[in-house]
Amino acid sequence: MFLNIDYNVWWYLIFGAIISGYAILDGFDLGAGALHLFLNKEESRRIAINAIAPIWDGNEVWLVIGGGALFAGFPVAYAAIFSAFYVPFMIFLVGLIFRGVAIEFRSKQPMLWWRKTWDIVYCVSCIIIALSLGLMLGNVVQGLPLNHEKEFSGSWTFFFNPFGILVSITTLALFMMHGAIYLTMKTKNRLYAKLHILANNFTIFFVVSFVITTLYTLLYIPHLSDFFRGNVAFFIIPVLMTLCIANIPRQVKRGKFRYAFLSSSATIALLLIMVALEAFPFLLYSPQNPENSITVHNAASSEQTMKILLIIALIGTPLVGIYTGFVFWTFKGKVTLDEMSY
Amino acid sequence: MDVEILARIQFAFTIAFHYIYPPLSIGLGLILVIMEGMYLKTGKKIFEHATRFWIRIFALIFGIGVATGIIMEFEFGTNWATYSKYVGDIFGSALAAEGIFAFALESGFLGILIFGWNRVSPIVHFISTILVFFGSLFSAVWIVVANSWQQTPAGFHIVGEGMNARAEITDFWAMVFNPSSVDRLLHVWIAAILAGAFMVLSVNAWYILKKKHLDIAKPSFKIALVVATIFSLLQLVTGHHSSKGVAKYQPAKLAAMEGHYDSSAKADMFLLGYVDAKKQKAKGLFIPGGLSFLVYGNFDEPVKGLNAFKPDERPSQVNAVFQFYHMMVACGMIMILLSLIGTFLWWKKKLFDKNWLLIVFVWSVLLPQIANQAGWFTAEMGRQPWVVYGLLRTSDALSKSVTANQVVFSLILFTIVYIVLFALFLFLLNKKITQGPVDYESKELIDEGSKRDNPIMSH
Ligand code: HDD
Ligand code: HEM
Ligand code: HEM
Repeated sequence: MFLNIDYNVWWYLIFGAIISGYAILDGFDLGAGALHLFLNKEESRRIAINAIAPIWDGNEVWLVIGGGALFAGFPVAYAAIFSAFYVPFMIFLVGLIFRGVAIEFRSKQPMLWWRKTWDIVYCVSCIIIALSLGLMLGNVVQGLPLNHEKEFSGSWTFFFNPFGILVSITTLALFMMHGAIYLTMKTKNRLYAKLHILANNFTIFFVVSFVITTLYTLLYIPHLSDFFRGNVAFFIIPVLMTLCIANIPRQVKRGKFRYAFLSSSATIALLLIMVALEAFPFLLYSPQNPENSITVHNAASSEQTMKILLIIALIGTPLVGIYTGFVFWTFKGKVTLDEMSY
Repeated sequence: MDVEILARIQFAFTIAFHYIYPPLSIGLGLILVIMEGMYLKTGKKIFEHATRFWIRIFALIFGIGVATGIIMEFEFGTNWATYSKYVGDIFGSALAAEGIFAFALESGFLGILIFGWNRVSPIVHFISTILVFFGSLFSAVWIVVANSWQQTPAGFHIVGEGMNARAEITDFWAMVFNPSSVDRLLHVWIAAILAGAFMVLSVNAWYILKKKHLDIAKPSFKIALVVATIFSLLQLVTGHHSSKGVAKYQPAKLAAMEGHYDSSAKADMFLLGYVDAKKQKAKGLFIPGGLSFLVYGNFDEPVKGLNAFKPDERPSQVNAVFQFYHMMVACGMIMILLSLIGTFLWWKKKLFDKNWLLIVFVWSVLLPQIANQAGWFTAEMGRQPWVVYGLLRTSDALSKSVTANQVVFSLILFTIVYIVLFALFLFLLNKKITQGPVDYESKELIDEGSKRDNPIMSH
């Protein structure tokens, strides 16, 4: 217990915060990549890449920290989730490999065919990453068949259910909107105008897919909204989220992209908070046989480890915050290309 | 093939591929710190050009290091679920600490290192370079600690039984400073620095042979030669220390490293040879009683041999462990020899006169790479059949829900992806090296340089 909250719950909160941080930060990199092919001039593409080049790697580290945090705090969940999602996860990882090297390799040769090839690799891998991330999230939220050893007992075709696919598409839409808004903050003139339109269109894309997914959830997976039916006070969260989402097109229209970006970041965070509240205390729910479900209690590390982790997080998070802030500040403002640029 | 073998092949393949890059990042990091420091101190342009040249190479290597490292982070969960549950309490905190303390530092400041040359002051840039180097040193710390805990577990107790047994931390610092972590960490760090130093030696030796960029190549070569000489000698010390640690804590591994079976006999130390597993004897060129001397300081003392262990409690691939171990030591010795010859000729002021030596240096980049891979294969294959030494068997560590087909699928996927990556890496590295350092001051070269890197300006 720390401040009257169980260590396991603390770690659940911290893990959730890390994942939200990842989704917000890498979300705009991935979104910027997913819309890459909508930009058709070489110069525009180059500016778009350089808008994220100095920071995407730092953003991706949040995924690494999240993986470590899950392994450390809830090893049973780590083991079950990654062995269950073996196939989609491997595809996700290959996507991450190609996203990283495409950014790196693209600029290393001047030939147009070279750059065009990497543009395609880059864009496709960002789309694959977003889709597979959403697919896994959707399935975690909905629950998986688990056996008594708390390992997955189905086949990988199981993941392609309607809810998984809907969440997957919504995630892609969310990231594309988020990425387009980010890029508008980093660009000028014609490219800016073009991204302005794209930001608008992706916002519509997101709102539509979000509404469909929500309706589907309410109709077919009612247990996911049990929490909010039971705790009416928490209705404030979906309400806030709706306001945030509504604010995005408004700010986009006014050209206040910084506010739009804050709103879309808040939307991501609130969405994940909602998911976390609905899921708690389950990390991986097994609708078929609930007694095999993995919860923050039966999956956790020992109390000693939880204490150590809390100390690591308390020292580490401010440090990461400071240097992330410093790096973002160094590269603030519109993109300018120089001889060190990609 | 069964899932266990496939999963082991997959793990070994992916991590061995990953491990081509991290040592180079760490080693080049040190070289960058030295070169940029020289630039700030002397203000000489040649050091600026050398630094900026190596930053570009560093970025390329780092990129692939990151891409392949992410796979490793999750592979414990995908293939080794039982192992993850068993060690999660201990191992996880090390991995989490690695992410938050090391990778975040490294990846954060990498942006400034690569793109910040014109954006921050030279001092801030230099500090970023140092922080990236420290970050890469730290990232070796936690992963090596975690691996060392598997080799020589400490600071824990076992809770639960059978399938539900797991190790829980009792003493964090005893876990971190388990008997082998310090020795192995130093050994790994130095190995990484050698990888960087020999890469710089190799590239510059090639420029000198081709009579290109001489004003930059010669001082860079000398910087790297100093680093290589100091650290290749130090490596002998840490390697020796590691061997003593292995003798004490993992006697079966030590016996496999020298192919020593008979516990009642003194043990020899081989220079070259092979293990005849049927006759249970190693053959080749050896120093009689050498291993006994290493362990006990006495040439006649018997050393515990493989026969003292039950067949299912000792490594089965004895010849492989033996060969990898001797490959590493041989590479280490050649590196020492090369750096000493270089230093001697430098002292005689004939360093760049001998073409044959420069040619050898061009190829020497392979030595630390071979030694690094061979070292890990020695350590990891010598640990078999245990995942956690003496506690958990490799065959028990698998994910129950993963099928052979899935592992084959991912193995094929990664093999294809890695072959493509490796080919592209070599191609681009080669391009960068042939292009060489660019003089950012001279107008002419800027135009030429930017044409190469920047199609907009050339269109
Ligand atoms: C001796 C050091 C060392 C060793 C033994 C390993 N690594 Fe590594 N790793 C590094 C040293 C390193 C590095 C030098 O720090 C890298 C290379 C490029 C980078 O970003 O950091 C890296 C990258 C890197 C990344 C990407 C970090 C990022 O996004 O910046 C991950 C997730 C891992 N590694 C994980 C692992 C795992 C799970 C390993 C073993 C099982 C492993 N590494 C072995
Ligand atoms: C010169 C004499 C050397 C000796 C006597 C030596 C000794 C050893 C020993 C005994 C181990 C096994 C440690 C264990 O399993 O716990 C080891 C591992 C290793 N060696 Fe060496 N080594 C030498 C040189 C080198 C060189 C030159 C390199 C690379 C440039 C290198 C890289 C490694 C690596 C990466 C490992 C695996 C990590 C570890 O277990 O520490 N070694 N070495
Ligand atoms: C980075 C350099 C490393 C290399 C080249 C390496 C190499 C290998 C090899 C060759 C194997 C297969 C052994 C066999 O099947 O006989 C293996 C297995 C394994 N290693 Fe390492 N290793 C490295 C680092 C690590 C580290 C840092 C860890 C842990 C943090 C680790 C944990 C494991 C595990 C869990 C297995 C699978 C189970 C086993 O076969 O023992 N390895 N590694």
